Amino acid sequence: MKNVLRLNSIGAMAVRILFAAVAAFPIVFMLVSSLKPDQQIFGDMSSVAAFLPIGNISLDNYTAVFDRVPAARFLINSVGVSAVTVVLGIFINSLCAFALSRMQVRGKRVVFTAILATLIVPFQTLALPLVWWVNQLPYFELNGFSLEISKGWLDTYQVQIIPFIANAFSIYLYHQYFESIPKELDEAARIDGAGWFKIYRQVVMPLAGPATATVAILTFLPAWNSYLWPLMVVQSEELRPVMIGIQYFFQLNVSWGEVMAYASLITVPVVVLFIAFQRSFINSIASSGVKG
Amino acid sequence: MTTTQLPSRRPAAPATGGTPTTTVRRKRPGRLREQLSGWGMIAPAAVLLLAFVFLPAILGFGLAFTNARLISPRPVEFVGMDNFARLFTDPTFWRALLNVSYFAVVVVPVQSALALAMALLINKKFRGVNFFRTIYFLPVVTSMVVVSLLWLFMYRKDGLINELLSTFSFGLIQGADWLNDPATAMPAIIALSIWQAAGFHMIIWLAGLQSISGELYEAAQLDGASRWHQFRYVTWPGLKHTRSLVLVTITIQALGLFDQVSVMTQGGPLDSTTTIIYEAVRSGFKQQETSYASAISLVFFVLVLLISAVQRYLTREKD
Repeated sequence: MKNVLRLNSIGAMAVRILFAAVAAFPIVFMLVSSLKPDQQIFGDMSSVAAFLPIGNISLDNYTAVFDRVPAARFLINSVGVSAVTVVLGIFINSLCAFALSRMQVRGKRVVFTAILATLIVPFQTLALPLVWWVNQLPYFELNGFSLEISKGWLDTYQVQIIPFIANAFSIYLYHQYFESIPKELDEAARIDGAGWFKIYRQVVMPLAGPATATVAILTFLPAWNSYLWPLMVVQSEELRPVMIGIQYFFQLNVSWGEVMAYASLITVPVVVLFIAFQRSFINSIASSGVKG
Repeated sequence: MTTTQLPSRRPAAPATGGTPTTTVRRKRPGRLREQLSGWGMIAPAAVLLLAFVFLPAILGFGLAFTNARLISPRPVEFVGMDNFARLFTDPTFWRALLNVSYFAVVVVPVQSALALAMALLINKKFRGVNFFRTIYFLPVVTSMVVVSLLWLFMYRKDGLINELLSTFSFGLIQGADWLNDPATAMPAIIALSIWQAAGFHMIIWLAGLQSISGELYEAAQLDGASRWHQFRYVTWPGLKHTRSLVLVTITIQALGLFDQVSVMTQGGPLDSTTTIIYEAVRSGFKQQETSYASAISLVFFVLVLLISAVQRYLTREKD
């Protein structure tokens, strides 16, 4: 019996490692190739060397990338757009979820249902009317002391941020999480004379760390990875995010080493961030699903 | 929770010494303030969702029946069903529908099964569990655009996939020119899509697995149930709700296939990988025909709605 069990667990571990190899090999291949000159990438392909950083290793591809593409500018844009979206998203969605889950607001059930209904609308179907719509929106600009109003949000930073702040899934996640925090805490704080915003800020939010980590990652990923939307609404090079940079490599005489360097450059920050938060992330998604 | 709260509040009311009227009067401003601050807290998110989800959805619905173009000096006119008439006689649209169905029919069962297998493999605590969870999730945090570019390179005739196939089969299998052959282009896109997204659905399965009580497994073990019987009679029924969630999300994502096609094949070769969303973006963005693209989007949305309704109905019937 014990032997059977041990065999079982060895077998399970073998399958786990097989799955891990399949999951990781393209990414390892990308990182390793980004360090090699083109000739060696093709030369190594037929052997295990394709996955090992050996041979003629250098950071040449990375320096070449910065010459070919305004990569620094793209990175700054993406960091800025993602950070603002994440911070505002955390604030606005948690605030909404707080009122919906912990306060006696008339009509909140209808609002919550309407919010959840937006989950079924895929973004791709909204994208085109949304382009048309943001192009009609007014744009306010303070020029010295005079306020200038022009039409159309195309080619701005705000068009990459504002439509993605409010998110039904974030509200849902916070709502589920807030439900698990005892409501007696609110009562106690109210008796102490705290207002609702103070309860939100000082009682509930400090306890909602895992939910915030999850919402942060789930807002950050699509913001950093967005491709279709900036392709449609951002023309100027100085406003474009990292994913659009990939288009620069579709031109003639592509160097695959440089492509892999650029791909690694825009992937590694996300992976590092994910590894830093992965425990609370996976756990809180798991626990939100239990109640959902 | 509210029931435990009530008794503690009741004695407090007489203690403040007032007749019922004073307690009512003391409550009212608080109630009103709660309403106001509650709505104040809901408003920012609600207004944004209204402006950037509900409104464009309604707008898209409306635009589908007009001749609107993205940038056009002409006034927008109502043209009735013209866009739909054109759509349903367009062979590319039918080809796109067929391609997306093919994609979904393969991806939904294969990806959900693989994701479940991965979730089962990392459900129990063992040394290195976090390592495996992280590795399995790695493709998910990698952008689909990066993934597409990476696999574009690996799928070349002289690329990594063919080299691996040749090595593991000891030279027996000579791989195809995957993305340039109409017969293999869609299977190639299917494989990379499953590779990229399985980790995300693994997390949802994992959530479902962890909601199943451990006592059920102990009881099953006492009854001498085999591993397979434990899975069949405890795990599988316990995952009922998770199952429908995973199926619905994978199906909707499968129907929305776009990024991979846009980067890797642009719908080719010979329209073998074109999809509904790819057609919508091509006509709406490249050809600036907002109205025609809206019509495609509307058909797509109806399709999504229909399929999730059918899936919901089917999973409910089984209960």
